[in-house]
Amino acid sequence: MSKYDVVMGAIIPKPRSSIENKTGGWRTRKPVIDVQKCVNCLICWIYCPDTSIIRLEKYVAVNYDYCKGCGICAEECPRKAITMVEEG
Amino acid sequence: MVRRLGLTGNEAIAYAVKQCDVGLVSAYPITPQTIIVERISDYVANGEIDTEFVCVESEHSALSACIGASLTGLRVFTATASQGLALMHEVLYATSGLRCPIVMAVANRALSAPLNIHGDHSDMMGSRDCGWIQIFAENVQEAYDWTIQSFKIAEHPDVQLPVAVNIDGFTLTHCLEDIEVLEKEDVEKFLPPRKPIYRIDPEKPMTFGAWAMPEYYYKFKLQQQEAMENSIKVFKQVADEYGKLTGRNYGVIQSYGLEGSKVAIMALGSTCGTLRHVAKILRETKGLKVGVIKLWLYRPIPEDDFISTVENVETLIVLDRALSPGAVFGPLGSDVASMIVKRNLDFRLLNYTYGLGGDEVSMDLADKLLRLAVKVAEGVKPTSLTGYLREVV
Ligand code: SF4
Ligand code: SF4
Repeated sequence: MSKYDVVMGAIIPKPRSSIENKTGGWRTRKPVIDVQKCVNCLICWIYCPDTSIIRLEKYVAVNYDYCKGCGICAEECPRKAITMVEEG
Repeated sequence: MVRRLGLTGNEAIAYAVKQCDVGLVSAYPITPQTIIVERISDYVANGEIDTEFVCVESEHSALSACIGASLTGLRVFTATASQGLALMHEVLYATSGLRCPIVMAVANRALSAPLNIHGDHSDMMGSRDCGWIQIFAENVQEAYDWTIQSFKIAEHPDVQLPVAVNIDGFTLTHCLEDIEVLEKEDVEKFLPPRKPIYRIDPEKPMTFGAWAMPEYYYKFKLQQQEAMENSIKVFKQVADEYGKLTGRNYGVIQSYGLEGSKVAIMALGSTCGTLRHVAKILRETKGLKVGVIKLWLYRPIPEDDFISTVENVETLIVLDRALSPGAVFGPLGSDVASMIVKRNLDFRLLNYTYGLGGDEVSMDLADKLLRLAVKVAEGVKPTSLTGYLREVV
């Protein structure tokens, strides 16, 4: 019907499409975790707005596919275990 | 069997909503609209309809609640006026962008300051580009008829856009008229339940209200514009079907007395009744021939129908009931000018503002305007091509 190849009203009829769109490319700085300092308190996991902190058994890691580099995790970490590093 | 009722414009709209199986109404009271939602809440409280009535703290919230409900697939109605419409402004764009076929009555009223509760079109014209279909009713019968037709136009699969039914504050909202109403069964046949294309459904999750990157945004907006254009065809189909049902024939534009007259006045809403009445008197008693053109449909502007209507017109006076401070023409005047330029037509165009804040167009004022129109058509130079009607005639 429409000559524009988009779904009416910007509706996304298929769920989970956000997973296909890797948004990590927006990042200018990336969080790097010092696993020696990390005590697995999960404060960063709670604060991350993009659910990009991955819970491992003893410490945490970052999902760089979606981490946008906002630095909130580094700011909130009570152990100063996260450093924001310029993207190369 | 034709049933007649004595209703004000507000009551007529509430009565139409009662017959349209509306799922949800959310609104905030504001003069001169309040009686519409008061009557609807009476119907709800009395158990006459099972519409959900959501009370909110502002018009911004009212329309936001309507959007949520509309996205679940319900038929939704609201009403507002003046400052209320202004407060809804950003949500108006969200409604049309999300393609919610909500119907809203706008009881046209002036905007502050100074504070004024009386009729003019400043409210709707201030939100002119919000992507809503905009209809202007001339009288109470039309207010009733357009409300019913609006749901059908809005919900059509090729349209899926919100519709604003405009009625002049007090002149229509509070004046009683003897109107014909349909039986509920006939409305049901004319307006079957809404069939949403997409809707919020926990079983089938979807995203509504997503954001769009630059390479997509313009496509969504142009698709919306496409739906606006489609709506003219749908509008006419719905009006035809309604005409067959009721014997009252509507369309996008209505003209009176254009045969044999080279001059016409064009306006929106209730003023057209006064103009037509005076035009008839002048024609019958003085042989002065002035046509009157009324747009029922203001957005989308029915360009082709306008052009064919003015085929033999040489002088057109367009009346605007909203001031566009600092502009050359008012909103309707500018619309007409753009259509004339686009089609390369050659006729004399005058554009007067009138009726601000309830300033009445009496028969006497209409008479002066029509006589001026005749003189201009005869070649007399008017004092001004633009200006405020009361001051220029
Ligand atoms: S906030 Fe710091 S210490 Fe706590 S889990 Fe995150 S990185 Fe480890
Ligand atoms: S930088 Fe921001 S987005 Fe990335 S992991 Fe930390 S909190 Fe999450």
